[in-house]
Amino acid sequence: MEPDANLGAVASALAGGEGSTPQAGPEPLRGRRVGGRLAPLLRWESGLIVVLALVVLLGEQASTTFLSSSYLFSSVFNLTGEVAIMSLPMTLIIITGEIDLSVASTLGLSSALLGYLYNPLGPHWPLGLVFVTLLAMGAVTGAFNGFLITRLGLPSLAVTIGTLTLYRGIAVGVLGENTISTFPSFYTNIGVNPVPGLPFLSWSFAIFLVLAVIFGVVLHMTPLGRSLFAIGANKEAAQFAGIRVKRTKFLLYLLSGVICAFAGILYTFRLNTSVSNNGLGLELTVVATALLAGVSIFGGKGTIIGVLLANLVFAGLQGALYLTSFNEEAFGIVTGGLLLISVLAPNGPELWRRGREGLRRQQRLHRRSTMGKQS
Amino acid sequence: MSAATADPQPLELPSGQTRFVDLVLRARTFGIVVVLAIVVFGTAAVQSRFLDSSSIQFILADATIFAVIAVGEAMVIITRNVDLSVGSVVGLSAFLSASTFQHIPGIPIFAVFFVGLAIGAGCGLVTGLVSAIGRIPSLVVTLAMLYIIRAVDILIVGGSQVTTGQVPRGFLAIFTDSLLGIPDIAIGAAVLVAIAYYYMRSFRSGRDLYAIGSDPEAARRAGVPIAKRVVTAFVISGALAGLGGVLYAVQIGTIDSTAGTGYELQVIAAVVVGGVAIFGGSGNVVGAALGALLLGTITSALYVLGINQDWDEALQGALLLLAISLDRGIQAQLANALRRRRVRLGA
Repeated sequence: MEPDANLGAVASALAGGEGSTPQAGPEPLRGRRVGGRLAPLLRWESGLIVVLALVVLLGEQASTTFLSSSYLFSSVFNLTGEVAIMSLPMTLIIITGEIDLSVASTLGLSSALLGYLYNPLGPHWPLGLVFVTLLAMGAVTGAFNGFLITRLGLPSLAVTIGTLTLYRGIAVGVLGENTISTFPSFYTNIGVNPVPGLPFLSWSFAIFLVLAVIFGVVLHMTPLGRSLFAIGANKEAAQFAGIRVKRTKFLLYLLSGVICAFAGILYTFRLNTSVSNNGLGLELTVVATALLAGVSIFGGKGTIIGVLLANLVFAGLQGALYLTSFNEEAFGIVTGGLLLISVLAPNGPELWRRGREGLRRQQRLHRRSTMGKQS
Repeated sequence: MSAATADPQPLELPSGQTRFVDLVLRARTFGIVVVLAIVVFGTAAVQSRFLDSSSIQFILADATIFAVIAVGEAMVIITRNVDLSVGSVVGLSAFLSASTFQHIPGIPIFAVFFVGLAIGAGCGLVTGLVSAIGRIPSLVVTLAMLYIIRAVDILIVGGSQVTTGQVPRGFLAIFTDSLLGIPDIAIGAAVLVAIAYYYMRSFRSGRDLYAIGSDPEAARRAGVPIAKRVVTAFVISGALAGLGGVLYAVQIGTIDSTAGTGYELQVIAAVVVGGVAIFGGSGNVVGAALGALLLGTITSALYVLGINQDWDEALQGALLLLAISLDRGIQAQLANALRRRRVRLGA
């Protein structure tokens, strides 16, 4: 995993802060702190590194082609770049205690509009103009989410389920049943050729890595980043501390829209296809990635290095499973299982303690009752 | 999400105010009926065949699946949880229940409905227990279950599918059977909604669901067995999704491993349009079922009006956003009215 090693030095420096507590469970304050001196080993990211190592081992056991550059490119990094890119703004939004389920629909709308506007039989705009239009569209869709959530005070879960349907609906309305795939090969080559000099790395994943560094620096090293944790931990306290909670959230949704529109462009060119159902259902994959990364669904916790590792785990696992006899369509069992384990594991020691206490109480009661009978 | 900081729903109040609040909440359900009437008669004014008995029958039967699932989903959402796994449960239940006709030849049709219910209840039980015992937010558990159940479905179905030829004709006829022009399955769904409404309104365990959704901490201190109630809600939601799966098999007849994909968000949309607050504590199952009926009717109306079907989904999204925005406005008005009243009473 070259990219991991490259980023490792920077990222481990960034990973300090809120995300570094071992418990990611819903009630981190209850019960004793787990681990004591072992705490650094129990960090979320450490667990992910172990899982990642297991994934690489699994892939190599299945076939030696797993670690070949061409396989890593075609079946690991090329397939997951867009999800990885969308997981970055999603992470920031979940850290502030909100959610954005409209990301995949924004990707789909961007993809549909790209096909519609570029279509030689339709408007046939120059591509440069199309790109600008799409990014502006992403800003508008994101701002609309942000407006409904921060200005009207509507719950983000409900709003983004609504805009998920709305944006996908506009994509269907614009493109209907049409499929556009007449894009210049200069662009569609991003789905065919790896990054020059790094034969295993796809363009989309490379862009993710660059964005991850930027997001990591902003989230973990700037006042703005820390304010996101503050908002997620306690909105009222953040407000009283002078953080402009609503404006910050609004800007995050706007950013999410722009980045998802950009991911839509990459997705379209990679597949050389613009259809209205591009990226259908990816929103849940993106959320699952963020949660596996140790980002708390309650807000206030998460690291970009965790997101990077979670994306590598998902990408690697998918590629590794293709090589085994495992039915790759049942990949969902692994996705779901990992997700469950990732949220159950931090609660494990607490559950164990509670269970043992319950058992002891029962034994005591039992002993008392048998003693009662004897006397 | 800001569950912890969401405004408390003004539901449980002293007697004088209860009536007033009750009126407003009933008006909310009434509002959906009005919108539904506008859609139906507006469409009929342009295209009279919209009110043909066959057309109405089709709309009712079609909306029934979503209405049934929406009842269970509403019960879960009222407890401030959410069930994202219903679409996968529909898929699994649809395939397994329809394929029992092959595995057990001559099995009576009502028994197949129980197979579907049992599969769904089993899925709901697992979801509920993991969420309650593991103390994990239900959004995460049910998201994981969405993947796992769908993957199990794919493993079981493989490349095969159940086709209309493999199920008895009587099974498929359930979709078209009707009593006095109303489809049997719509009557069944109406009875189900009525029972669920009565349970939620008049039974202690039903009221507990509202208490949990309004303020989990207060409910816990009042001695409400939260874990038990929430698990029950998930079991009911799963069972009704399982029932929805059997109805899917009845309606479509041909079932592969993609059955019910994406239903979860459509069902939640119906529940929210129906006036159930996404953060729990208010709303009722009648509204949720009407929400499903409204969304289904709009789809059919667009079709009959010959409006480009392509824009149907966009319209549904816009409607959902409009519904939650209006709800917000109504709630703000309600809170204001209550505050004024309290000042007047000198409380």
